Amino acid sequence: MTQILFKDINKKGLHTMKVYEELGGYKSLKKAFAQKPEEIVEAVKASGLRGRGGAGFPTGLKWSFLAKDVFPRYLCCNADESEPGTCKDRELLLKNPHLLIEGMILCSYACRIETGYIYMRGEFHDLSSIMDQALDEARKKGYLGKNILGSGFDLEMHTHLGAGAYICGEESALLNSLEGGRGEPRMKPPFPAVEGLYSKPTVINNVETLCVVPYIVNEGAQKYASLGTEKSKGTKLVSVSGHVKKPGNYEVELGTPTSELIYNLAGGIQNNNKLKAFIPGGSSVPMLPADQVDVPYDYESLAAAGTMLGSGALIVIDDSINIVEATLRLISFYMHESCGKCTPCREGTRWLYQIVERIMQNKGQLEYMNKLEDICDNMAFKTFCPLADACVAPVVSSIKYFRSDYEEYFKNTPVETVS
Amino acid sequence: MSDYKFSKVQENEISRILAKYPVKTSALLPLLTLVQRADQVVSPEAMVAISKKLDVSPAFVQSVMSFYTMYHTEKVGKYMILFCINISCQLNGCDKLLEHTAKKLNIKVGETTSDKKFTLHREECLAACTEAPMMRVNDTYYGNLTEQRIDQIIDSLD
Repeated sequence: MTQILFKDINKKGLHTMKVYEELGGYKSLKKAFAQKPEEIVEAVKASGLRGRGGAGFPTGLKWSFLAKDVFPRYLCCNADESEPGTCKDRELLLKNPHLLIEGMILCSYACRIETGYIYMRGEFHDLSSIMDQALDEARKKGYLGKNILGSGFDLEMHTHLGAGAYICGEESALLNSLEGGRGEPRMKPPFPAVEGLYSKPTVINNVETLCVVPYIVNEGAQKYASLGTEKSKGTKLVSVSGHVKKPGNYEVELGTPTSELIYNLAGGIQNNNKLKAFIPGGSSVPMLPADQVDVPYDYESLAAAGTMLGSGALIVIDDSINIVEATLRLISFYMHESCGKCTPCREGTRWLYQIVERIMQNKGQLEYMNKLEDICDNMAFKTFCPLADACVAPVVSSIKYFRSDYEEYFKNTPVETVS
Repeated sequence: MSDYKFSKVQENEISRILAKYPVKTSALLPLLTLVQRADQVVSPEAMVAISKKLDVSPAFVQSVMSFYTMYHTEKVGKYMILFCINISCQLNGCDKLLEHTAKKLNIKVGETTSDKKFTLHREECLAACTEAPMMRVNDTYYGNLTEQRIDQIIDSLD
């Protein structure tokens, strides 16, 4: 299977400039500087690359939305990886920091950006030291700084650490946090491409997205676009976790059957248990039952199945647990991480938690099921950012596919509370 | 309230941090982190000192600080254990392991040992799901935990 991001991932010393360059690193810069910036944007558009952080927005298109002739512009790499189930960016940052820097240089050149920030979650303190070292190496080599490789193009790049807030992975919250404020999402429009960091045009891309760009510049957009399906181009890093024998980050071509990821790459289900459900794209997307395990792992097929590819975190759940237990854990996460700005999210996440917890304590009533769905209706798409929608996803999908798991708890409900 | 003094090393670090940004306020989180790492707490005195560095009010510093979970207004232990309890770790038995850890340290989750050595917190996903169950002790990630491994890790910290 074609490996783009993980081709050399386990080579010793890959995080150093020496080894990275021996393996062909930073080669794309000369090639890029020989072209006009717009040509790089066009190539990224033609490659079909879509944002790998969760939303899947076409990357080249995002770059082309920058407000014309407004400077300075900023690039923010979103390395706030916090979506439950997702740990692919951490592996890239840990083992291949120069690939990200190379991708960020290319993006900055294409978008005429002179300052880049790598916003990392606060818990990645060690990784930020690795990244700072890599940035120093790149500066010494002249890949960052003034007049890079004689191109006339200047670029500086810095790491920035958050301090524990899932919401800062939402792009406008990330900007507020980077500006030194509370990580609350902004009203959109204006979108960051028009008014982003310090109210200037800003590109925000996920780590994995930016890491793909050197391949597109080196090998050509067509070669990248030849991978994957008709509409979902290229490869994707998938973090497979949960009840599997060999959890890990795997790079697959988009369109690979989900069953291949679970049963082949991740070695199948632990303890000879049976697959019960899987969450294909991180905790924020609807779960699917075992009988849909052959769904091709790409944007369109997963959307057609009623879920999303999201961040590429495949969470595998076997038949040893009641789905309501997992659902409550996910609701608890969103309740904890809601920033509190929008009422439907701040209140709704807590209500969902209280009701499902009550059901699990055998204190529920059947009408609670309607209540849950009603609250979900009043949360989804009614807030500044998608955190409320994300909390709704596991609730609605678990009721849809595993209603009987909820009903287990009603069987034991004392009669007097049912009335 | 006495004045908070930054050390010379910290002053150099602050200059380096400030140089990264065109707007001073952006240095707020990095400065809070600098203090938290040195003192295991961000005291009211430190908040005032940071506010002066950045030309913002102490109230603004506190309002931002209170948004983020990694800053503490009470001193935490020398070793901060963040135990991941989110879904991938849950599916791999983290609840029992967390209970075991609390018992070993003889504290409740959320508390600090009386010798101020360990603080144990539940933590949301730490982005190491393929190594579940996992925990973070200060800056180090420990994955594929078992009761024995947790005992070894805790016993090895001095």
